Amino acid sequence: MSDSVFASIVQAPEDPILGVTVAYNKDQSPVKLNLGVGAYRTEEGKPLVLNVVRKAEQMLVNDESRVKEYLPITGVADFNKLSAKLIFGADSPAIQENRVTTVQCLSGTGSLRVGGEFLAKHYHEKTIYIPLPTWGNHPKVFTLAGLSVKTYRYYDPKTRGLDFSGLLEDLQNAPSGAIVLLHACAHNPTGVDPTSDQWEQIRQLMRSKALLPFFDSAYQGFASGSLDADATPVRMFVADGGECLAAQSYAKNMGLYGERVGALSIVCKGADVASRVESQLKLVIRPMYSNPPIHGASIVAAILKDGDMYTEWTVELKAMADRIISMRHQLFEALQAKGTPGDWSHIIKQIGMFTFTGLNSDQVAFMTKEFHIYMTSDGRISMAGLSSRTIPHLANAIHAAVTKAA
Amino acid sequence: MASSLLSFGSASPLTLLDPLKVNPRVGGSNQATFLGKNFIKTKKSFTRTSMAVAVEVSKFNELTMAPPDPILGVSEAFRADTHEMKLNLGVGAYRTEDLQPYVLDVVKKAENLMLERGENKEYLPIEGLAAFNKATAELLFGVESSVLQQQRVATVQGLSGTGSLRLAAELIERYFPGAKVLISAPTWGNHKNIFNDAGVPWSEYRYYDPKTVGLDFDGMISDIKAAPAGSFVLLHGCAHNPTGIDPTPEQWEVIADVIQEKNHIPFFDVAYQGFASGSLDEDASSVRLFADRGMELLVAQSYSKNLGLYSERIGAINVVCSSSEVAQRVKSQLKRIARPMYSNPPIHGARIVANVVGSPDLFNEWKEEMALMAGRIKSVRQKLYDSITSKEKTSKDWSFILKQIGMFSFTGLNKAQSENMTSKWHVYMTKDGRISLAGLSAAKCDYLADAIIDSYHNVS
Repeated sequence: MSDSVFASIVQAPEDPILGVTVAYNKDQSPVKLNLGVGAYRTEEGKPLVLNVVRKAEQMLVNDESRVKEYLPITGVADFNKLSAKLIFGADSPAIQENRVTTVQCLSGTGSLRVGGEFLAKHYHEKTIYIPLPTWGNHPKVFTLAGLSVKTYRYYDPKTRGLDFSGLLEDLQNAPSGAIVLLHACAHNPTGVDPTSDQWEQIRQLMRSKALLPFFDSAYQGFASGSLDADATPVRMFVADGGECLAAQSYAKNMGLYGERVGALSIVCKGADVASRVESQLKLVIRPMYSNPPIHGASIVAAILKDGDMYTEWTVELKAMADRIISMRHQLFEALQAKGTPGDWSHIIKQIGMFTFTGLNSDQVAFMTKEFHIYMTSDGRISMAGLSSRTIPHLANAIHAAVTKAA
Repeated sequence: MASSLLSFGSASPLTLLDPLKVNPRVGGSNQATFLGKNFIKTKKSFTRTSMAVAVEVSKFNELTMAPPDPILGVSEAFRADTHEMKLNLGVGAYRTEDLQPYVLDVVKKAENLMLERGENKEYLPIEGLAAFNKATAELLFGVESSVLQQQRVATVQGLSGTGSLRLAAELIERYFPGAKVLISAPTWGNHKNIFNDAGVPWSEYRYYDPKTVGLDFDGMISDIKAAPAGSFVLLHGCAHNPTGIDPTPEQWEVIADVIQEKNHIPFFDVAYQGFASGSLDEDASSVRLFADRGMELLVAQSYSKNLGLYSERIGAINVVCSSSEVAQRVKSQLKRIARPMYSNPPIHGARIVANVVGSPDLFNEWKEEMALMAGRIKSVRQKLYDSITSKEKTSKDWSFILKQIGMFSFTGLNKAQSENMTSKWHVYMTKDGRISLAGLSAAKCDYLADAIIDSYHNVS
């Protein structure tokens, strides 16, 4: 057979985050632990489909009138309206003034990509500033969207907290109008969030430099357990009348991971601009996948529009968030009990699904090899993957890594 | 532009701005209005901090309103029309004789099964559901195909046809820089958008001959031959969209010959497997012809029409390579393209397909339902032809209606005539003269015949 036309194509490495699960699946050890990808697990270590989601699905399947016709390019209209209300607040003036355009997209990733491509086509500043560190997929999403990616200081390894003065300095030095990616809550991978005073300072600085905020909201309700509290930073920016983008994901807070449900909202200065922006968003989406998938968005819409189901959801969501907070405390206490060297209080100070342990890549490799613990090499662990039963094993591994490995 | 004039660069970041003392570079006139618009807001919750943005114009002010999508926009216009005789022959979505959308029985059965099983909603791998990928490749190439036996196909689940085409287009842009894609004249309207957004240059090969309302075969072969060696040739596997005109098996052999001679790479768009003739295998014969020759090729698949899964967005991109080792590498790079686009594809549609194809009973039931859908379309073609020829007594040959295949018919009506169809007769179609027979009922054939005859004869 003649040479392949694809001969020059090399094997790509596994995705660093999703690749952790691939490696975990290959491991035969009975004590293996997957703390890689941020997918919630029950105390029994099982994936969870929320009861309210099952209920909504049953309703949809039972509804004889439902069809599978193409959605509009912008997706399910109800879903879009309800998603905007969820993040901006039902009484948001921006919504009431029709200044928000919301389009259904493929979870958080898809919303970020569509937003990025839109900005690369239509916004005058093609640079986006992302925090250091950030979710591993962010730089790739924005680069392929056509933006140039720069970073701003965020995590301070010395304090295992926020490098606030570095953050302010870097944003101050950004060119006027530049786009700035902000994690709405539960920063991934560090779990370190600004305080509300710090958020206010960030807002003032950004508005004074006409920097364009682009929020990534993947954990609303998951961070503190309260949907409203977790949306506060976004609402703070919208309240000042300015413009911003927000990417929402329902992967974690509704457990709809594989359904790929999310939304991109663009808050504009006026209704007319919002309408024109929406028409241009459609031109980005049509050549990418034509129109979005119906199943997940229908589930979300059914839950958000029904008072009882919505309440049921908030209860199940809080239970997930509470279990994670409890894992944080248990891990911290276990390390205290072992007398593991170092200050581990960041485990309980950080918020959301992930803990940035501060372990280096050698220590991580050691933990994988000797203890069959799978995590990303930056030292990020998904608390959602822990249970009371497995915490001792993790504590042993951390203790060994810190006391033995370099 | 307004937004750049209103720069706040001189203000220190943490001081508050008095709107009446805003940067005097703004035209010097009354600061409270700009371009005639009063943009200093007073709100109930007015605080000093909210004044920090009171004077800014939208960053998106320069955006123009984009035109509606030429295909999907037709349905929007149809919905807005209140005329009782209105007929939607725009988008290619199957309708029953009662002109209702149709959810296949096998799909309902599969969804009920899935719910009973209570499967989880975990992320799929980037390349999609393994059971789906296996089933879709087998359906396309045939379970006995050597390309599958030798594991030479890289299959990645994509977002229906569009998403699968886009993955392939991005692969071409990255690994075949400068290579062109040849697309038929005409072709599905979104093809060029996909290649444009992926950054892949394209040019057209002759395809539709308006004189015969058939295939310009010589033109097609000539243009494929003339293209630079190593071009990608986009071919519709069956039921060409928008014309409904497919090459004959003999013509496919010649097309394959020319492509091999020029070291071009065939790139099939298969959106109607099973829908064209009613037979899954027959509709895949063009793809299998090429695969059996040992050629490398790309194939984008969609389950929107043949399983009625339009809004579930389920399809796949298949890349047939010269060896399984190459196929593995290609698959890994397709994953690298998908990850920054949407991370991993949606599960629901993939599971439905896997369940239907994976169960012998459901699979057989599917084949029956598909034969019914394809059968209904063939019968309205016949009815429309009979209706037109019984009313219209000129020597014009309308047999193309019967020769064309699949959901669409290229009527040969021009833009003005197509517009007449809509404005006078409330028949919605695309401006290129394409009608979707899937949206036609036997009951409306007479009405449509009148509209076509009128537009053809009385409008130029």
